[in-house]
Amino acid sequence: MTTTQDRPQTRTPRPRKSRTHGREAAAGWLFISPMLVLLGLFLVVPVLMAAWVSVSDWSGRGSPFSSDVSFVGTDNYSALLSEPGLAQSDFGRALRNNGYYVLFVIPLQTAVSLFLAVMVNRRILRGRGFFRTAFYFPSVTSSVAITVIFLFLFSTTGAVNKALSWLGVNGPSWFSDPGGIIHVALRGLGVDTPPAALAEHGLLGNSWWDWLSGPSPAMSVFIIMAVFTTSGTFMLLYVSALQNIQGEIEEAGIMDGANGWQRFRSITLPMLKPTTFTVLTLGLIGTWQVFDQIYVGTQGGPAKTTLTPAYLSYTSSFQNNQWGRGAAIAFVLFAIIVTMTIVQRILLRERTAVPRRRRFYPDGKDER
Amino acid sequence: MRTTTRLATAMTAVGALTLTACGGSGFDDDTSTEDAAGRSISVLIGSSGDAETAAVTAAVDAWSAESGVDATVNVASDLSQQLSQGFAGGSPADVFYLTNDTVATYASNGSLDAYVDGLANVDDFYPNVLDSFTYDSEVYAAPKDFSTLALIINTDLWAAAGLTDADVPTTWDELETVAAALTTDTTVGLAISPEFARVGAFFAQNGGWLVDEDGTPAADSPENVEALTYVKDLMAAGSLKYATDVGAGWGGEAFGTGAAAMTIEGNWITGALTNDYPDVAYTVAELPAGPAGKGTIQFNGGWGVAADSPSKDDATALVEYLTQPEQQLGFSEAFGVMPAVLSAADTWKTDNPDLAPFLEGADYARSIPSVVGISDVVEDLNAQLQALSSGDPQTILDSTQQNLEAIVP
Repeated sequence: MTTTQDRPQTRTPRPRKSRTHGREAAAGWLFISPMLVLLGLFLVVPVLMAAWVSVSDWSGRGSPFSSDVSFVGTDNYSALLSEPGLAQSDFGRALRNNGYYVLFVIPLQTAVSLFLAVMVNRRILRGRGFFRTAFYFPSVTSSVAITVIFLFLFSTTGAVNKALSWLGVNGPSWFSDPGGIIHVALRGLGVDTPPAALAEHGLLGNSWWDWLSGPSPAMSVFIIMAVFTTSGTFMLLYVSALQNIQGEIEEAGIMDGANGWQRFRSITLPMLKPTTFTVLTLGLIGTWQVFDQIYVGTQGGPAKTTLTPAYLSYTSSFQNNQWGRGAAIAFVLFAIIVTMTIVQRILLRERTAVPRRRRFYPDGKDER
Repeated sequence: MRTTTRLATAMTAVGALTLTACGGSGFDDDTSTEDAAGRSISVLIGSSGDAETAAVTAAVDAWSAESGVDATVNVASDLSQQLSQGFAGGSPADVFYLTNDTVATYASNGSLDAYVDGLANVDDFYPNVLDSFTYDSEVYAAPKDFSTLALIINTDLWAAAGLTDADVPTTWDELETVAAALTTDTTVGLAISPEFARVGAFFAQNGGWLVDEDGTPAADSPENVEALTYVKDLMAAGSLKYATDVGAGWGGEAFGTGAAAMTIEGNWITGALTNDYPDVAYTVAELPAGPAGKGTIQFNGGWGVAADSPSKDDATALVEYLTQPEQQLGFSEAFGVMPAVLSAADTWKTDNPDLAPFLEGADYARSIPSVVGISDVVEDLNAQLQALSSGDPQTILDSTQQNLEAIVP
């Protein structure tokens, strides 16, 4: 940190420095001003407007800033979070559905993309370019097109059920069966009616039994689809990170007698941690905002098992004219995403602190 | 919220006053072409296809040539979203399609103009169709066309099951019998879309509905429970299935592919069958009567006029032109809808003898109550109906009753 070489530069005579820097600063502001204006106009202002709408009773006619619109405090938020009713139970259901989506998609897509990256990064693999392109391809295809293809593949009489029938499995009607997979599994084990403790108590207008339903077959299709489409993108991130790991480190591991799995576990994986953080964060944001698949594919059905907060926010606003509620949903969703990102950051940061005594290099040198 | 409602009422009142003020000059007065120069209105429609777009555009162009007012027809890709955007932005289309289940939503915030009472031909509309466009005792849309549900029967499968014309079901018991007779390993007797807009017909046939005559929520009435139990029993017997359970998107598809021998659909099915399944021979019958008599559901389309429109007079004149019997019959011929004016009914029945049961339904059809927030409640009921085979009718209807009580003023 405290290298002597840097010092002289910071000690340059004051007037000259400030003049140069002043001019540089002005030029800097000038250069970024178009972007600032654009961001402000199309991002900051709309977000502030939405924040106002979420605490107002704007009914969707005319400007939300006209004198007819009044401040209603946290009414819209309490309709979602504390007052029993349809708004609350719908929101609870949307959170549940999206929660399962996040829970399944993130670990799966991270694992699959890492696996693919390690595979296509191998020097012995022939036609690496082909595989990279093939795996990345779903990511560049429009999600609407892929959704439509998946709707065909997973229709009751579609290709997937045909393939399952060859294996003697009677596939579900993916897009019309409202039962959650955990419920179905429990039913298979003979648990047909919920235990009273789970059925009578609940959160956000849904009983604990409802919360524990698991994703419905339709949501499971979206989960598979998300893994299919996004792991290519994240594979690229991992590939570029893997290429930054120098061969010497790997060789050192071999010299120490570590086998392939040990080298992956103790060398490659820790060195990929910054990339993993990026992948997890992007995954978290993307999965909580799932919208287009739902809009094109199921519109929240069957039996509201693919309703998500983002889609609910859209329907509340544009179809039911509950603009305040729609905006409130968006802000609760925002809070969820921010909180989860911070939590995840804290968790990952703690693990990166390698105990001092285990550092390979003496203090000071490792930062070079 | 309450302030908004009062405000909306006030705005509506203002709108009505404006209209009355204009009433003096009348819409029938021939505005000369010079007066109309530079005036223009926009029409937003949600089209079922090229035939509808072409027919509406032609009719609007004809009016435009007659009145001298420029009129453009835009086809919405998502009508409710585009309407909402227009109202929010303060520059809505002047004239647009409305369905009866969205009238309350837009009328409650004052986006709609209550112009219908000022129309010269207001007495020609079916009264129950007008009722479904009524919110707060004001009519907000002039009926454009309407549809009712009827029983569609596959005549080949019908004959194969040894049934004759005399067997066309007129009661619930008969429906149960023929549905069972038509059910085979590959075909289910009756397949319907999993939603209240189909299942609800049985409610009406048993004297029930979501609300009673006074508009008080009555979803959990014994009549409704009985009707839903009847549907559930048919399902348990295997003679009724949801279209989605036989791999179809809706009743018409299940019927067209031969997965179902009967379905309950509206008159739009005739177009779909002609286009997609031209080889399927079918006949249309009125829905069987339940213990309380005949019952069906109607779906109404109408013309809305924006309260914020700068050219409401022209908009109203256009609607009046489009709701004349000749225009309505022309639309009917072009894209198979039923005219919503009484004076066109007889001609329509003569022209379409096979489809007459649809129009007969108009006499006893019920429509979705015009209440703000009804679509959420119906949506929730639909979600529960999808799990009817494992659900309890009483529990389903109890929760719907709760939801209704929360929104009915």
